Amino acid sequence: MNLTLLGPELVLVLGGLALLLVDLAVPAARRHLLGYATAGGVALLCLYFVANHGAGGAAARAFGGMFVLDGVASFFKAIFLLSGVVVLLLAADSSPRLGGGITEYYALVLFALAGMCLAASANDFSVMYVALELITVTFYVLTSFERSRAASLEAGVKYLILGALSSGFLVYGIALAFGASGTMSFDELAKHSPELASNRLFQLGVLMIFGGLSFKIAVFPFQVWAPDVYEGAPVPTTAFLAIGSKAAGVVLLVRLFGFAVPDLALHWEPLWMTVAGVSILYGSLCAIPQRGLRRLLGYSSIANGGFVMVALSTMSKAGSAAVLFYLAGYLFTVLAAFLVVGVLVHRVGKDDFSVLAGLHHRSPLLAAVLAASMISLAGVPPLAGFFGKFVVLRAVVEQGAASHAYFWLAAVAIVGVVISFWYYFGVIRAMYWGGDAPDLTPIPISPTLRGAMILCLGGILCLGVFPSAIWEAAVAAVAGLGI
Amino acid sequence: MSPLLWIPGIPLAAAGLLLFIPGSFKVVLRAFTLAATAASALLALNLLPAFDAAPIGAGGYRFVQQIPWVPSLGISLQVGVDGVNLGLVVMGAIVAFAAACTSWEIRERTKEFYFLLLLMTGGILGAFVSLDVFFLYVFHELALVPTFIMIGVWGRGERRAEAAFQITMYLTLGALVALVGLIALYLQSGAQTFDLVRLTEHLKANPMPVVRQVFVFPWLMFGFGVLVSLWPFHTWAPLGYASAPTPTAMLHAGVLKKFGLYALLKVALPLMPDGAKAWLPLLAWLCLGNIVYCGWVAMRQKDLNLLIGNSSVAHVGFAFLGLVSGTLVGLTGAVVVMVTHGFLAALSFALSGWLHSQTQSLDMTRMGGLLKRLPFAGTVMVMAMFAGCGLPGFGNFVGEMMVLFGGWKSSLLICGGLASLKPFVAAAAWGALMIAAVYMLRAIRGIFHGPVAELWASASDPAGWWRRLPFVILLGSLLVIGVWPRILTDRIATAVRPVVEAMAQPKPAPSLATAAAAASNLR
Repeated sequence: MNLTLLGPELVLVLGGLALLLVDLAVPAARRHLLGYATAGGVALLCLYFVANHGAGGAAARAFGGMFVLDGVASFFKAIFLLSGVVVLLLAADSSPRLGGGITEYYALVLFALAGMCLAASANDFSVMYVALELITVTFYVLTSFERSRAASLEAGVKYLILGALSSGFLVYGIALAFGASGTMSFDELAKHSPELASNRLFQLGVLMIFGGLSFKIAVFPFQVWAPDVYEGAPVPTTAFLAIGSKAAGVVLLVRLFGFAVPDLALHWEPLWMTVAGVSILYGSLCAIPQRGLRRLLGYSSIANGGFVMVALSTMSKAGSAAVLFYLAGYLFTVLAAFLVVGVLVHRVGKDDFSVLAGLHHRSPLLAAVLAASMISLAGVPPLAGFFGKFVVLRAVVEQGAASHAYFWLAAVAIVGVVISFWYYFGVIRAMYWGGDAPDLTPIPISPTLRGAMILCLGGILCLGVFPSAIWEAAVAAVAGLGI
Repeated sequence: MSPLLWIPGIPLAAAGLLLFIPGSFKVVLRAFTLAATAASALLALNLLPAFDAAPIGAGGYRFVQQIPWVPSLGISLQVGVDGVNLGLVVMGAIVAFAAACTSWEIRERTKEFYFLLLLMTGGILGAFVSLDVFFLYVFHELALVPTFIMIGVWGRGERRAEAAFQITMYLTLGALVALVGLIALYLQSGAQTFDLVRLTEHLKANPMPVVRQVFVFPWLMFGFGVLVSLWPFHTWAPLGYASAPTPTAMLHAGVLKKFGLYALLKVALPLMPDGAKAWLPLLAWLCLGNIVYCGWVAMRQKDLNLLIGNSSVAHVGFAFLGLVSGTLVGLTGAVVVMVTHGFLAALSFALSGWLHSQTQSLDMTRMGGLLKRLPFAGTVMVMAMFAGCGLPGFGNFVGEMMVLFGGWKSSLLICGGLASLKPFVAAAAWGALMIAAVYMLRAIRGIFHGPVAELWASASDPAGWWRRLPFVILLGSLLVIGVWPRILTDRIATAVRPVVEAMAQPKPAPSLATAAAAASNLR
C-alpha cells in the first residue's frame, strides 16, 4: 500500500489536529495569525502537490482500489487546495467578526479540504460517502459559525436539514446500488457496467445518488438552499461552498458516471439535459430581482451549476474536459467576487446594491475586481469565463450531430447567458453610475487580501488570454475516462 | 513582425499603459490616446501603398502572420489582409483617430474613458485583421463591455441606462447565436481548425453536405445580422446611438457594426455557398425592411441623432442587398458601402455630437438658421447629408450604385425557380433615392435654413484646426473614395471573386422546404 498517495489528505488532517493543539499555546490576540500561517501551509502543500502530480500520469491506486490518484483527482485537488488558500486568507482577515474559537474555524476548513481531496480520489461507494459526510458535517458548523447572528444560525439550520435529507438520498441510493450489484467498488462496477445499466433497481439507486450529489452542486431540483445559505453564512464559508463544495459534487459525478457506470450515463441524456436547462433558467431568472450580492451570487451559482451539467450531459471527453476548465475559471472568478463581498461585509456591514454606489471612488481595486469577476461570469472575452463557456458550447454542439436535442440545450444555454447579462451588468452599473453615493470614505483593504485579489484577477485574465496550458491539462486529465 | 499585429496591438498596449498614468494628468492622458490612435491610423494608411508590393500568402492574403494559441482546438492568432478587409482596417483606424479627437467633450473620469476607448479600438481593429474565426469573434466581443460602460457613464438622455442594457443584450444574443454557428461550422467541416484560410481550402475541396449548410447558415445569418441591425432586429441601434457619447457612437455605428457584414462575407458566404442560396431570398426581403421601412421611420424623427441612427440602419440594407446579389459588382459594391458608410456614420455622429455639446439639445424642431451661426459645421453637415442621399462625388454613391447594378443583373433561386432580383432593386432604389432624399432634404431645410433659432444663441463653430481636423479627415476620405473609387474597388474585386465563383457554381440549390424535409429525414 502506498501511503504517499494520500499525502495531501494526511497533511491536512494532521495539520488540522495540530492547529487545535497549537491554539492552546497562542494568546487570543494573536490567533488570527494562525489563519495566515495555515493559509501559507496550504499554499505550500498546493505548490508541492502541483509540482509532483500536476502533470497527471497513470492512475495509482491504494487501499485495495478504494482510493485512486489519477488526472481527474489531481486536477480537482489543485482546485480545492487553491480555493482553501483564499478561503483561509479571507477567514483570517475577518477573524474579529467570526468571534471566539477562530482557530477551530481554520481547523474545520482543513478538515473540509481533506474531505474534498478524498472525494476527488474516491473509487468506492463507501469512501465517497465518508468523504461527502466529512465535507457536509464540517459545513454544518462552518455555516453557523457566527453564533450570535440569527442569519448565520438560520443558514446553518437550513443547510443541516437539507444536507441531512440529501445524505439520506445518497445512503439509500448506495444501499440500493450495492444490493443490485453486490459491490461497492467503482472498478468492479465498471466491469459490469453494460448489464447493470439495464437493472431497474440499480438505476433507482444511482438516480438517488445523483440526487444527493446535485444537492452539493446546487442544481435543480436540490437548489433551494443556495441563496439563503449563501446570504446567511459567514462570507469565507460561502466562498468555500461556492467553489469547493460544488467542485466536490462535480468530481464525484465525473467519477461515478465517467468511470464506474458510463453505460448508464449514456441512457440518461434527457435527465441530464433537463437538470441542466432548468437550473440555468431558474438561476438566471431568479437572480434578476436580487438586490444583495450574496443572494445574487447564490442564484448565479445555480445557473453556473447548470452550465457544468450542460457540459456533463454531453457524456464525452470534450465535455468532461470542458467541465474541468470551466471550474478552474469559476474558481478564480467566484473567489474574486467573494473577496470583494467579504471586504464589503466586514468593513461596510452590508453587501446590497446601495453600498455599491460610488464603489469606484471608495476603492478602485474593489470595483475593478468585482467588475472583472462579473464580466467573467457573464462570459465575455478575454476573461476566463468566456473560454469556459466556449468549450462547454463546443462540446454541446459537437453532440448535436448525435442528437438534435443538444441544439435545444445550446439554445437554452444562450438564453441563460443573455439573461445573466442583465444582472451581472446590473452590478457594474450599480458601481459605476448607480446614483449618488451616500458615503465616499475610502475602504481599507489589508495587504494579504489585496494580494489575494490580484492573484484572482491574474487567474481570471491568464485563463482567458492564455488558456492553452490549463486546457491541455484538462484534456490530459480526462483521457482515462470510460466514455 | 507583420504591421497588422501592431495596428490593434498599439491601442491595446496603450490601454494597458494608460492605467499607470495618474488620472489627474488629463492632458497627458489625451495626448497619449491621440498618439496611440494616430500611430495605428498611420500604420493602417501605410498598408495602402505597401499592399501591392507585399508577398501574397495563403488564400490571397498579405502581411500574414500566425501565432499558435490553443493548438489542440485548432485556434491560432492569425492576421492578414486582402482587398476586403484592407479598406475596413484603414477606415476603422481613421475613424478611431477621429473619435479620439472628438473625445475632448468628455470632461469627467477621462482616464477610464480613454482606457475603454483604446480597448474598444484595439478590439475592433483586431476583429478586422484576424484570419482566425475564433479571434474574429473574441476581438469583436472585446468591444462589448466598453460600449456598455461608455453609454452608461458618459451617455446622454434619460433613457441611457435602458439603451446601454438594450444594446448589450441584443449584441450578446447575436454574438452567441453566431458563436454556435461558428462552432457548428468548425465541427461539421471536419477540418478541426478555426483558421479561415485552411477552413476555406478544406471546404472548397470537400464541401459540407447541402443539408448541413442549410442548417448552419441561418445561425450565422441571424447572429451576424443582429450585430448589423438587420431588420427586424434593428431596434437597439437608433436608441443606442442616440444615447451614446459621440466617440462611442462614431466607433460603433461607423466601424463595429460592419463586423457582422464582414463576417457574413468572409465566413458564411464562401464556406457555405449552398446554404446561402437557400436563405438569401429571405435576406433579400429583410434588407428591404432596412432600406424602406427604417428609411420611413427616419422620416418621422424629430431628434437629429435618432434620424442619423435610423438612416444608418437604412444604409446597411444596401450592403445586405449587395451580398444577396451574389455578383462581382454587387459584392464589391457592398464592401464599398461598408467602408464609405463607416466614414459617413462617424462624420454624422461627430457633427451631431458637436451640436449637442453646443446646445445640449438635438431637437430638430427648435433648430433653424444653423448655416448663419455655424458656417463650418453647417457646411460639413450639408455635405454629409448629401452624401447620405447618395449624391455623386461622395463614396456612398459609388457603393450604392454598384450594389444596384449588381442586383439588377442577379437572380435568386426561389421555390426551385430562378426569380429576378429586379423588383427588389427597384424598391431599394426608390427607398434610397426618394425616402432618403425626403428626410435628408427636410432636415437640411429645417436645420440650416430659415431664421436663426434661439437655440444657437451661445453656439459657435469648432475653433482651431485641431477641432476641425476630425471632420475634415472624415469628409475628405468620403470625397477621395468618391472621385477615385479604384483605390478600393480593384482590390476588393480580386478578393471577392472566389466568393462569387463559389456561389455561382451550378449545384442543386434547395429551397428551404426541401431542405427542411431532408433534415427531418436525416434525424
